[in-house]
Amino acid sequence: MNALPEPAIPETVHRAIAHDSADKHVRGAALYVDDIPEPRDLLHAAIGWSSRAHARILSLDLAAVAAAPGVVAVLAARDLTASNDIGPVLPGDPVFADGLVEYHGQSIFAVAADCVGAARRAARLARVEYQDLPAVLTIEQALADESYILPTRILRRGDAAAALAGASRRLKGRFGVGGQDHFYLEGQVAMAVPGEDGDMLIHSSTQHPTEVQHLVAKVLGLPDHAVVTEVRRMGGGFGGKETQAAIVACVAALLARRTGRPVKLRLDRDDDMILTGKRHDFLIDYDVGFGADGRIAGVEFMLASRCGMSPDLSASINDRAMFHADNCYFLQNVTIVSHRCKTHTVSNTAFRGFGGPQGMMAIEYVMDEIARDLGLDPLEVRKANFYGTTERNVTPYGMTVEDNIIPALVAELEASSDYAARRAAVDEFNRTSPWLKKGLALTPVKFGISFTAKHLNQAGALVHVYTDGSIQLNHGGTEMGQGLFVKVAQVVAEELGVALDRVKLTATSTAKVPNTSPTAASSGADLNGKAAQAAARTIRERLADLAAARFGVPADAITFRDGQVSGGGQVIAFPDLVKAAYFARIQLSATGFYTTPRLDWNEATHQGRPFFYFAYGASVSEVAIDVLTGETKILRVDILHDCGRSLNPAIDLGQVEGGFVQGMGWLTTEELAWDAAGRLTTHAPSTYKIPTASDVPRDFRVALYRGDNREDAIYRSKAVGEPPLMLGISVFHALKDAVAAAAGPVRFDAPATPERVLLAIEANR
Amino acid sequence: MTIRNFTRREFLRDTAATGGAAAIAGSGGKAWAVPAAADPPVPTQHRVTIRLNGTERALQLDPRTSLLDALREQLYLTGTKKGCDMGACGACTVLLDGKRVNACLVLAARLDGREVKTIEGLADGDQLHPLQAAFIEHDGFQCGYCTPGQIMSAAGLLNEGRPLDEHSIREWMSGNICRCGAYPNIVSAIRQASGRA
Ligand code: FES
Ligand code: FES
Repeated sequence: MNALPEPAIPETVHRAIAHDSADKHVRGAALYVDDIPEPRDLLHAAIGWSSRAHARILSLDLAAVAAAPGVVAVLAARDLTASNDIGPVLPGDPVFADGLVEYHGQSIFAVAADCVGAARRAARLARVEYQDLPAVLTIEQALADESYILPTRILRRGDAAAALAGASRRLKGRFGVGGQDHFYLEGQVAMAVPGEDGDMLIHSSTQHPTEVQHLVAKVLGLPDHAVVTEVRRMGGGFGGKETQAAIVACVAALLARRTGRPVKLRLDRDDDMILTGKRHDFLIDYDVGFGADGRIAGVEFMLASRCGMSPDLSASINDRAMFHADNCYFLQNVTIVSHRCKTHTVSNTAFRGFGGPQGMMAIEYVMDEIARDLGLDPLEVRKANFYGTTERNVTPYGMTVEDNIIPALVAELEASSDYAARRAAVDEFNRTSPWLKKGLALTPVKFGISFTAKHLNQAGALVHVYTDGSIQLNHGGTEMGQGLFVKVAQVVAEELGVALDRVKLTATSTAKVPNTSPTAASSGADLNGKAAQAAARTIRERLADLAAARFGVPADAITFRDGQVSGGGQVIAFPDLVKAAYFARIQLSATGFYTTPRLDWNEATHQGRPFFYFAYGASVSEVAIDVLTGETKILRVDILHDCGRSLNPAIDLGQVEGGFVQGMGWLTTEELAWDAAGRLTTHAPSTYKIPTASDVPRDFRVALYRGDNREDAIYRSKAVGEPPLMLGISVFHALKDAVAAAAGPVRFDAPATPERVLLAIEANR
Repeated sequence: MTIRNFTRREFLRDTAATGGAAAIAGSGGKAWAVPAAADPPVPTQHRVTIRLNGTERALQLDPRTSLLDALREQLYLTGTKKGCDMGACGACTVLLDGKRVNACLVLAARLDGREVKTIEGLADGDQLHPLQAAFIEHDGFQCGYCTPGQIMSAAGLLNEGRPLDEHSIREWMSGNICRCGAYPNIVSAIRQASGRA
């Protein structure tokens, strides 16, 4: 046995390692749900949906559907014996509309047939007699009618009304922020495979396997233990597969139960866009009082969101919007009124940022308006309002901002992006250019990390070590491209001191790790990394005890490194120690469990510490607009983003760039439109404009901020899934800046499509 | 991206048979109009032989079958993905006689004697195609769902023999949506491979 030097730096964490499925992705060998070899007697399903936004169903005649060629089974609400409601938190989401439809596109029945075409053709043959009811289709209308799906919440600190009355300057206004379709490139899909005793195996493209398990069990009238949900990977999720995967899985399972055969349901892209929820659009009123330096004395917000026809996750989403209406700014006197509007449109749902981006838009818009009123650079106004580090550091919900790095981060970006010189250059350009105008904006991001529903901040993992020393890893998180699996595998490899390829990741399964939380709220790596670390440490401790006994040294002298275990100058290969442990009858499998510490949150009063920590970032965007056509161009974007001590800089950079692109799309080109009958008219990529390669800024400079997470998150990293989306806000504000250069201050709604840019300019002509 | 020969849309217009969304009798409006209730007569099966990734493959097909469905459902090559099934996302891109096409818009029955290359046929055994290697090196994906289409589209682009710089790569690749927004890395990967190719 040889003595080993003690390496001082970690081997696998904090390194830029490619995605675990990289090789499979480039070969087309990675299996998504629709790629799993089909069972031989598989049926295909289609959903028949409502053609009315709000109507009573007077009669539903499915005879022609059932008689259509290839059809094996048809199901509607009347056929469901156990339960028809799959609301995730509160009831209100029926699998099949029962006598009443509340949005155009709502599921009414489903059909299973020999092939996809037969199922889809048959689904068009239903005879539905409707009696139309008045429909609420816009937020304005919902506000006028006081049509709310959940009670209005109010968050208050200080006395905003008094501060407004006493402020030297005051501005009021209203603007809108649009919704967003997830357009995960892999649409919603599930395959249900019946087993013995009525058991059901569900292959589902879901971010929340446990909820799919529970809801399938519920609609089938089975105990949870009879249903297993499995997902190896998704082709994108972005929040759209947190609750929205359930109906697809439930319909497949119900038809599988009815026919005794496996059933696959894959939504056609148009159906997917029409049937499933999206990001909430918001209508925002503000009333702000401030001083000559731009510092806010008091502010009142009214945040009204389109929740659609059911509660879904709207309570938490709107809460998060309220908790991000401060962004990086200290608001001494603030009132935030949050209306959760019921409309007869699809029930809106989780989308990367979960209400946070909309809340952040509210305050950033106000910062910009204040600057225009005072003739200051908006960045100066933003800085004047930043949270302090020892004072002015308590959020409206009573949490002290302990980790404020925003002044330092913004200062660094301001310098690296050459902001001041470019500000002057943009202003100079605009003085001499009548038809082209440029805009520049730097906006910061502070995003709270943790589920605001406290109980969700838990995770489990399962680690097996086999007698050849190879390791199998399972945890409750799901992989949707965010690189969660490779990050968690890095943690386990690091803890056990083995090469990454010794750790095999397996599909997420409710049979392996139960009662999991959704992979959402950016929490995947934080929660599952810690749970897997705990499991790996349990095994490591057992192995260390054995090695210590053999080497005659204390257990804390044992190290695991480079596939070897050493102590007291002696070394044994990891597989040899494992084998020895097996013969010594030592358990080589362990579970790990983690709960996020320091959370102390009172949901009723909206006070306390809902977040473990904050993730920060900032971006500078420079744009140009054509005053005569509204055409826009993004000239340059600089980003500095905080991932703590990044677990995997390659993955994190991808998240930052991709999040920015998605946020930019949300605020510039992705426009959802409904017609007067409540029908979504943008239900395909031909009418709904998602950013392409040519929309990415030509000059795009992205860097990660250096600095550890001050909290004990996994290896001092920070969550990265959602925060970068909000870096896209600087694009919107750069466009607003350019519009202001062309037309002066004017209401400017998101998304800032060329049409909106032109209309805003025309409005002030 | 141009589609050669006969497209699925043209064909469907002729036969008045649509796949597509489930709608319900009684709905109004163009986008949701209900087609005639009667099913179109089941067309006779077509026989075609294509050269797929270097091997002759005989197929018997419903003439309405897209190349994408033929690949995925009859030939069990699931590497080619279906993102929209309407020619708007690029996830289904394959090479037809060396030129990139959206497989969801091409009717398989029209391809007798033609040469099709899919993502499964791009590598030379263990030896990755330079594009594949570059996508790994540059982390040109996140969820991976667009990746086969991106790579095949890039392979088609390289075949086109245009002068390529970063800007033109972005433009020529704009038919391939990546919802994860991995574009900067995708473009770097293609740039690198174009230098090598
Ligand atoms: S699936 Fe063919 S272009 Fe989208
Ligand atoms: S990697 Fe997910 S769509 Fe491109």
